[in-house]
Amino acid sequence: MAEASGFSRRKLISLVGAAAGSAAAYQVMTSLGFAEESPYRGPIRLDGDPKGASVLILGAGLAGMTAALELHRAGYRVQILEYNTRAGGRNWSLRGGDTYTELGGATQRCDFDAGLYLNPGPWRIPYHHHGVLDYCRRLGVALEPFIQLNHNAFVHSTAGFGGTPQRIRTVKTDFDGATAELLAKATRKGALDAEVSKEDQEILIEALRSLGGLDKDLAYRAGPDSAEFRGYAQDPGGGLSARPVDGEPMALHDILTSRLWRGLQNFLLYEFQTTMFQPVGGMGRIGEAFARALPPDTIRYGAKVTTIAQDGHGVTATYQDLAHGGAVRQAQADWCVCALPLTVLSQIHTQVGPKMKAAIDAVPYASSVKIGLQFKRRFWEEDEHIFGGISYTDLPIRQISYPSTGYNAGGKGVLLGAYTWNGPNSYEFTALSPAERVRRAVAYGSQIHPQYRTEFETGIAVAWHRVPFTLGCAGDWTDAARAEHYDNLCAIDGRIMLAGEHASYIPAWQEGAILSALDTVTRLHKRVLAA
Amino acid sequence: MNVSSITRTLALLLATCGGAAAQEHALHAAVPSAGPAMSEGKTFTESGGAALYAQVCAACHQAGGEGAVGAAAYPALRHNQKLASAGYPVTVMLYGLRGMPPLGRMMSDTQVADVVNYVRTHFDNPYGDAVAPGDVKAARP
Repeated sequence: MAEASGFSRRKLISLVGAAAGSAAAYQVMTSLGFAEESPYRGPIRLDGDPKGASVLILGAGLAGMTAALELHRAGYRVQILEYNTRAGGRNWSLRGGDTYTELGGATQRCDFDAGLYLNPGPWRIPYHHHGVLDYCRRLGVALEPFIQLNHNAFVHSTAGFGGTPQRIRTVKTDFDGATAELLAKATRKGALDAEVSKEDQEILIEALRSLGGLDKDLAYRAGPDSAEFRGYAQDPGGGLSARPVDGEPMALHDILTSRLWRGLQNFLLYEFQTTMFQPVGGMGRIGEAFARALPPDTIRYGAKVTTIAQDGHGVTATYQDLAHGGAVRQAQADWCVCALPLTVLSQIHTQVGPKMKAAIDAVPYASSVKIGLQFKRRFWEEDEHIFGGISYTDLPIRQISYPSTGYNAGGKGVLLGAYTWNGPNSYEFTALSPAERVRRAVAYGSQIHPQYRTEFETGIAVAWHRVPFTLGCAGDWTDAARAEHYDNLCAIDGRIMLAGEHASYIPAWQEGAILSALDTVTRLHKRVLAA
Repeated sequence: MNVSSITRTLALLLATCGGAAAQEHALHAAVPSAGPAMSEGKTFTESGGAALYAQVCAACHQAGGEGAVGAAAYPALRHNQKLASAGYPVTVMLYGLRGMPPLGRMMSDTQVADVVNYVRTHFDNPYGDAVAPGDVKAARP
């Protein structure tokens, strides 16, 4: 989910990748905080008696509930204050019958059919996010594969190939085949003699032939060798009309100038590699499971925190009880784990030192918009044979994601009809009314799937800068801000410590929220035992 | 035999023979409606303070500059005395403020000046001393 604004980290990584190869790009990604394998190594052990110590936790998102669950198990008395009337925070699914009111007052009713949903926030789990996966296992959240790469989905550019969507399979295969041919022929001509030994050159050529779909002349062209990779103009069949017809590869020039290769990065990056997962029934199942695992009445809902004060003995949060006319109340504990988004916390009077306060103020939040669209039939499966996966486009909607469940069963389906991440279009979509966002998602998407025009039924749009409980999508760190503020953000200030994806090197991912919470409560527990 | 030209010819044929769908791709490539166009690329393409405000700033500060309140708030820009000094909104645009991203980095100097001047002279704000693009340029990181 992470990508940065303006001259983005992604762009930088992509440039480095183009110039210096993927190993260099990986190094850059690692230094920018991406591509880290989660260091989660199993459930934490908080041994030792906290002797009845209490912890007030602010925010019932995954970070806050992870902290609450582990501290409760270790013997702490825990209470959570939550602004919303549900648990989960950004871990959230909108289902038929739900209503959602955004900042500015517009209310949408989700009219999806039973079983269909939109995940406005996180929607996929990498196999190496060990913390999220372990909590799903421990809390009984059933998972199913999330299809990130579908070779039969599209990459699309309004300018390339006359605006006609191209199958990922052919763009990727033809790009790989053409570059393999170039490299094999350059090797044959001796262009690599200074770099690669003769013996290795022979192996390299064999590898390029094998992996690139080259024929015996080291050519990538229409024929049985390339067809085994890129598919056929006419697939092999049975009986009299069985003979397959090989397809004609696209010209390298056309692939290069169309820039469609840009979309392929989304399948190569570590955070998007197979296998990815999603909870059966919607990402919100994780937040629901966390809330069920906590002791009854741990979470006080409809609590808008206004000040956080501390002294040598404990922490006091003042909050408005939204269910009772905003009545001002207080909650007290020995310690406080604050898992509120920095957009919110930066506006709350918080009694912490200048370093932590500066860190809280230092992180802008990414802008993101997701739009779910319900269609009368699963035309992407029935007409275009696309079962799950994502099509990428340079239209403002950026992506169309096909449901990774309910395949081949007919009936209705919900597409993710737009997913923007930073950049001008995120703000422009946010500035529109929800109905206009949906209307545009349908209009843009119909350039890729003309069936939109006749099959669309209903949609719902979530623009994260208008989400009342976060006022933004996720912490959008720069390297400079991280260098200056990150350690101060994560330090314990008196009796207050922070948790959340913003306090992690896996920004915008649930794994970051969980690991941050585990790290925070581990340090808290050490301090309590030492006291 | 030139494979590349054959492929282009094929693509052309497909585009012309592909029926309504393919034609739509060419005809409606960028504009889905009569509403305001959306930017292409990494920077805002709106021009003029009114358009920039309506299509960018209003995302959070709302169409009438009234702001919004949830778990935290977007400040109202209406009748906002912090706008009295032009340097303040220019700085916020270029450097961000707490959760607000530095949106001016996706705008030209002229765009930042235009939208700052627009906000300072609308929504009951009476501040007529205009910012010039050069002021914005000088304030950039």
